Amino acid sequence: MVNGLIGKKIGMTQVFLEDGRSVPVTVLQLGPCVVVQRKTNERDGYEAAQLGLIEDTPKRHPNKPTQGHFAKAKVPPTRVLREFAVLEGENPTPGDMITCEIFKAGERVEVSGKNKGRGFQGVMKRHNFGGGRATHGSMFHRAPGSIGQSAYPARVFKGMRMPGQMGDKRITTKGIEVIEVDAAKNLLIVKGSVPGARGSLVMVRRGSAG
Amino acid sequence: MNQDVIKAIEQAQLKTEPIPEFRPGDTLRVHVRVREGEKERIQVFQGVVISRKHGTNSPSSTFRVRKISSGIGVERVFALHSPMIAKIEVVRMGRVRRAKLYYLRGLSGKAARIKERRRV
Repeated sequence: MVNGLIGKKIGMTQVFLEDGRSVPVTVLQLGPCVVVQRKTNERDGYEAAQLGLIEDTPKRHPNKPTQGHFAKAKVPPTRVLREFAVLEGENPTPGDMITCEIFKAGERVEVSGKNKGRGFQGVMKRHNFGGGRATHGSMFHRAPGSIGQSAYPARVFKGMRMPGQMGDKRITTKGIEVIEVDAAKNLLIVKGSVPGARGSLVMVRRGSAG
Repeated sequence: MNQDVIKAIEQAQLKTEPIPEFRPGDTLRVHVRVREGEKERIQVFQGVVISRKHGTNSPSSTFRVRKISSGIGVERVFALHSPMIAKIEVVRMGRVRRAKLYYLRGLSGKAARIKERRRV
């Protein structure tokens, strides 16, 4: 029906495949989600479905406009709203439930989330710069080194890799293989790692072979 | 609550049939399922356990077996709960004073013997 789902990262472990291989996996709790609004070409200029993540904790103190938005779809207010593309020929309507059954084992998905914040970091940690020698009087340890030339161009180029905020940024990992779908528990088990801390919000979309 | 979900998944990975108790220094016969094309057969790897890692009740629990195969030392690491392991037999219990017997790699012949441990 829709191309993806909202969920939460639960954590990592490892499982055995049928052929005996052991693979690292991330467990995601996906949805269930409810369609809150349908965006259409005529009205909004693009096709999408706005999904709300159903959680144990409801949205606290929704204001009047928010209440109205959810009342229109006849669903209780949710804390998280995200838009997803609508699959060709499908027409999800507000109030529809969407579960992790839209994914199948063996399929490739992409997972977006906010990665762990590392704060203000230097170039060695942030950009994998080599740094200098620790000893032998080098006097150059973790500094970035030269950031450009003098009289020409007489400026620092845009995009020069320097210290700054690292992490806490939206990251998408593509081409992740689905190992198992547990519809009863709303769990999706994918191979490998996924951006973000445990308990952080993730969006899983179908597609991109990676 | 989240960790319960992970625990449940890990629990489902573990073997249901009992795994014999063994320690580093014991000699094991590990029956390994080997897939050759379509056919599956059992291959036995017999040797001394030289290390165990990550406990016993986790899908990541492993043990390392060393044997001397035609004069050459061979070590294999098995996942304790791997579906590729058909059976584990304890052939001989050894008495050792270390948890990791990596020192056996430097020894051969008479020096690499391990004293037998009496059943308690």
